[in-house]
Amino acid sequence: MRPIEIGSKLYAMLSIKNLKVEVEGKEILQGIDLEVGRGEVHAIMGPNGSGKSTLAQVLAGREEYEVTGGSVIYEGHDLLELPPEERAREGLFLAFQYPVEIPGVSNTYFLKAALNAIRKHRGEKEIDAVDFLKLVREKMKLVKMDESLLNRPVNDGFSGGEKKRNEIFHMAVLDPKLAVLDETDSGLDIDALRIVADGVNAMRSPERAFIVITHYQRLLTYIVPDVVHVMVGGRIVRSGGKELALELEEKGYAWLEQTVTGAAAAVGA
Amino acid sequence: MQAVAERVSLLADYDDFAATVADQPSPIADLRREGRERFAALGFPTTRQEAWRKTNVRRIAQGSFRRAPGELHGLSRARLEPFFLPDCAELVFVNGRLAPELSQPRQLPPGVIATSLAEAIAEHPDLVAEHLGRYAPIDQHPFAALNTAFIADGAFVYVPRGTVVETPIHFLFVGTAGEEATVSYPRNLLLAAESSQVTVIESYAGFGGDRYFTCPVTEIVCGANAVVDHYKMQEESIDAFHVAMQQSHQRRSSNLFSHSISHGGALVRNDIRAMLAEEGIDCTLNGLYLARGTQHVDHHMWVDHKAPHCNSYELYKGVLEGSSRAVFNGTIYVHPGAQKTDAKQSNRNLLLSRDALVSSNPQLEIFADDVRCTHGSTTGHLEEEAIFYLRTRGIGEEAAKSLLTFAFAAEVLQEIRLESIKKGLEEFLFTRLPKGDVVRQAV
Repeated sequence: MRPIEIGSKLYAMLSIKNLKVEVEGKEILQGIDLEVGRGEVHAIMGPNGSGKSTLAQVLAGREEYEVTGGSVIYEGHDLLELPPEERAREGLFLAFQYPVEIPGVSNTYFLKAALNAIRKHRGEKEIDAVDFLKLVREKMKLVKMDESLLNRPVNDGFSGGEKKRNEIFHMAVLDPKLAVLDETDSGLDIDALRIVADGVNAMRSPERAFIVITHYQRLLTYIVPDVVHVMVGGRIVRSGGKELALELEEKGYAWLEQTVTGAAAAVGA
Repeated sequence: MQAVAERVSLLADYDDFAATVADQPSPIADLRREGRERFAALGFPTTRQEAWRKTNVRRIAQGSFRRAPGELHGLSRARLEPFFLPDCAELVFVNGRLAPELSQPRQLPPGVIATSLAEAIAEHPDLVAEHLGRYAPIDQHPFAALNTAFIADGAFVYVPRGTVVETPIHFLFVGTAGEEATVSYPRNLLLAAESSQVTVIESYAGFGGDRYFTCPVTEIVCGANAVVDHYKMQEESIDAFHVAMQQSHQRRSSNLFSHSISHGGALVRNDIRAMLAEEGIDCTLNGLYLARGTQHVDHHMWVDHKAPHCNSYELYKGVLEGSSRAVFNGTIYVHPGAQKTDAKQSNRNLLLSRDALVSSNPQLEIFADDVRCTHGSTTGHLEEEAIFYLRTRGIGEEAAKSLLTFAFAAEVLQEIRLESIKKGLEEFLFTRLPKGDVVRQAV
C-alpha cells in the first residue's frame, strides 16, 4: 500500500488493523489489515461468503455486526465509535449492493436533506433550491440518469440497473472523500456497467479514495485500480497490482482458496 | 330495562332536555323516543359483545357528564384559529350547539342550505323528517341510539339537484369543559341531491386536558350521480371520549370520497358504514389514525354492497407510539345479486414502540359469485434496513425514523383532494414528528 506523504508525515486516509467481526456468533472477518491513501482506488475481490460485503457494511456502521477486535481509523477518527450518519457527514459513502426501496420518500428531496446535513456538519450553509437543482442536473448527466427517476420515491420500482446508477448519482451529489462501492457492477449489462464506471472515473481525484468491492474482474477493466486485494474466508490473502485481477480471472478463486486451506492444513499438521 | 337506563347519568336530565325540544314536530320527537327506548334496552356495550371486545367503554358508562350546550368557557375566534380552514364556509358548534358569534358563513349558490340541524328542523321540517334517522341503524348500536335520543343540533347541508358548491363547508365542533365533564350529541345530516357536488368537513376539536364526551352521528346521502367529498377530522382534547357513527347512503352512479383523520381523544371509536344501494357507485373510505401515550382508537368499518357494478376502496393506516392501542375491524358485505362488485380493503399499521398494540380484523362476507374482493392487513415496525440506508447518506437516526413514518402516513395524505387539509396535516406531522424540520425538507 502506498500511504501518501503530507508534509513529513506518512498519512493514510483509512487504516484498518486486525479487524475482527462476528455476526450471530460466527466470525466473518478474521483479522483484516488495509490501508487506503488519498487518491487511491483499491479493489477487493473474493468469492461469495468471503466477507467483502460485511467489511463494507461495518465501515458504513451497520449495527448488527459485532466488532470483536481491531481498529479502524478514518481521517484521524476512530471510525467504529461514530454512528452511520456521522461517518457519512465525515465524507464516507457506501454504495449498497442492494439499494433499499423507500416508498413515499422523494429521491431528490431526501438527497437535498442529506446534502444539507453534511454541509451543516462541515459548517457550510444550506444549499438553496436553485443551486441544488443545478447540482442535481449536472450529476444526473454523469450517470445518464433519466430525469423521471428524480421525482420518484427512492429506488421505488427502479430496475436493478437504475438502482445502481442511483447509488452513483447519490455519491456524486454528496461528494464523499472515501467511497465504498459494494458490488455496484453485479447484475449490470455492459452499457450500464460502462455508465457506472465512467461516473466513478469522472470522480477520481487526488483527494478522493475508492474501495471497489467486486466479484468479477470485468469491472476492473473499466475502473482501473491501484491495488487489488483478494479476500478469502474473512482474510485478505493476497494483495498486488492490477495484474492480480487478471491472474484471478484466469485461474479462478479456487486457486487462492486452495492456498488458504493448504496453509490451514499445514498449521493443523 | 327503563329502570336500568335511568341510573345511567347520561339520561339523568333527559326530561329537562325533552322539555327544551317539546315544541318540535312529531317525526323528530318520535325518533328521539325511539332512540331513548333503544338505548334503554341496549345499555352500554361490554367487552363480552363481539363488536366491543377490544374497546372498553367503562370510563364513559361510569363517568358523570353534563350537557352544556353552547357554554363558551371564554372561547373566541382567535382561540379557535388553529382549527379553522381557509376559504371555507365555517359553522362553529360549542358542546353540540351552534355558536353564531364564532361562525363565518359564506355566500353559497342559490338553494344550497348549510346551517345547523336545529334551524333546519324549524325551517325545513319536511326535508329533515324525510331523511333524519333513516340511514344510521340504532338497533344494535347503543351510542347511535343515545345520540338519537338527544337529537337537537348539528350540521345540516342540502345541495339541490345539479348544483356544484365550490366553497367547502366546514363544521367545527368544539368541546369544552370546566370542572365537570360535559357531553354533546352532534347530529349531522348531509344531503346531496342528484348530480350535485359538495365538499364537507366535520372537525371535532378541544383543548388541553378538557374532559368531555362527544357522541356524534352523521348521515350522508349521495343522490344519483352526486359527488361528495367528506372529511372527518378528530382532534379532540387528549382527555376526551369520542364515540361516533357515520352512515352513508349512496344512490345510482354516485361518488363518495370520505376521509377520517383521527389523532385526539383518550378513547375513540368510529363506526364508519357505507351503503352502496344502487348500481355504478364508487365509494372511497380512507383513514389515518395516530395514537400515543395511552390513547385508544377503534375503527369499525362496514361496507354494504347491495347492487351490482359498484366499487369500494378502503385504505386505513395507523401510527402507534407509547402504549397506545388501535383496533381495526372491517367488513365488506356483498349481498346476493351484487355481481361485478369490486371491493378493496387495506389496513396497515406502523408500531413505533414495543408497547403499542394493534388488533386488525378484516372480514369478507360474500353472497354473490362474480365479484372481486381483496383485503389485507399488516402491522409492523420501521424497517431497520431503510433506516440504515438513510443514515449512510447523512440523515440522523431520529430524522430517518421520522422521514419513514411520514412516508408511511403520506400514502393517505396523497389521496386528499382538499389542498388546505392536506397541507394542514403535513404541517401537523412536521410539528409532531421528532426532527420534523428535516422531514419538511426531505419530502
